[in-house]
Amino acid sequence: MSELLNFHFDVDGNDFTSAGQASIQIKKNLRRLGLDPETIRRVSIAMYEGEINMVIHAHGGEADVNIYENYIEIILKDNGPGIKNIEQAMQEGFSTAPDQIRSLGFGAGMGLPNMKRYTDYMKIESEVGKGTTVTMRVDI
Amino acid sequence: MTVYELSQNSQFNVLCLPEPEREISGVYIGDLLSWVMGRAQGDNVWITIMSNINVIAVASLSDVSCVLLAEDVTLEENILKTAIEKGINILSTPLAAYETAIKISGMI
Repeated sequence: MSELLNFHFDVDGNDFTSAGQASIQIKKNLRRLGLDPETIRRVSIAMYEGEINMVIHAHGGEADVNIYENYIEIILKDNGPGIKNIEQAMQEGFSTAPDQIRSLGFGAGMGLPNMKRYTDYMKIESEVGKGTTVTMRVDI
Repeated sequence: MTVYELSQNSQFNVLCLPEPEREISGVYIGDLLSWVMGRAQGDNVWITIMSNINVIAVASLSDVSCVLLAEDVTLEENILKTAIEKGINILSTPLAAYETAIKISGMI
């Protein structure tokens, strides 16, 4: 099934303070499409957590949001270091974020668990040294 | 109760109020941003002592009705400007988070 709408973003890996620009833009776009507020909240939080991860760990990457008739798909792709142990990374509280990130209130080991919590489907494909692709879907 | 009505209480100071008519559904207290995004509900008042720029993004994406900075925490001018642009209401109070929550609980 081809998507009805696609939004593409380049996520800047150098600027932690501007992380979230893509997610906030998506939130605006979904609002314009008239989706219900809780769906918008779930999509934008899941995407923001992914964006933050890409900035913290992978020097940025690309984000695509595809809107289908029955669901919204978010694909986050980076060429970062990859995730060694996905099962461990999915545990609440597990984090490899550096101290300066923690002092900003992130790096609590909640990013991936939140992405799973707020989506109906999530798949992580990762190869150490090559990068990570996260695909998430939220049913409409 | 709306954020505007909350802001009329003498314990709460307005830092910016771009969307004064937002309804308040309850309160969430937290400083770990990912934790807040995982647990806060839409239309909550979010009480925190965090004051970096990411607070604005988290408030926007979590769809909280306002950020309430406890214990007289202040925000830099450029962060406040971003909050206004993104439509995020921000209040501050000299009260600690616990007393702030009790205060709001008695009002809603």
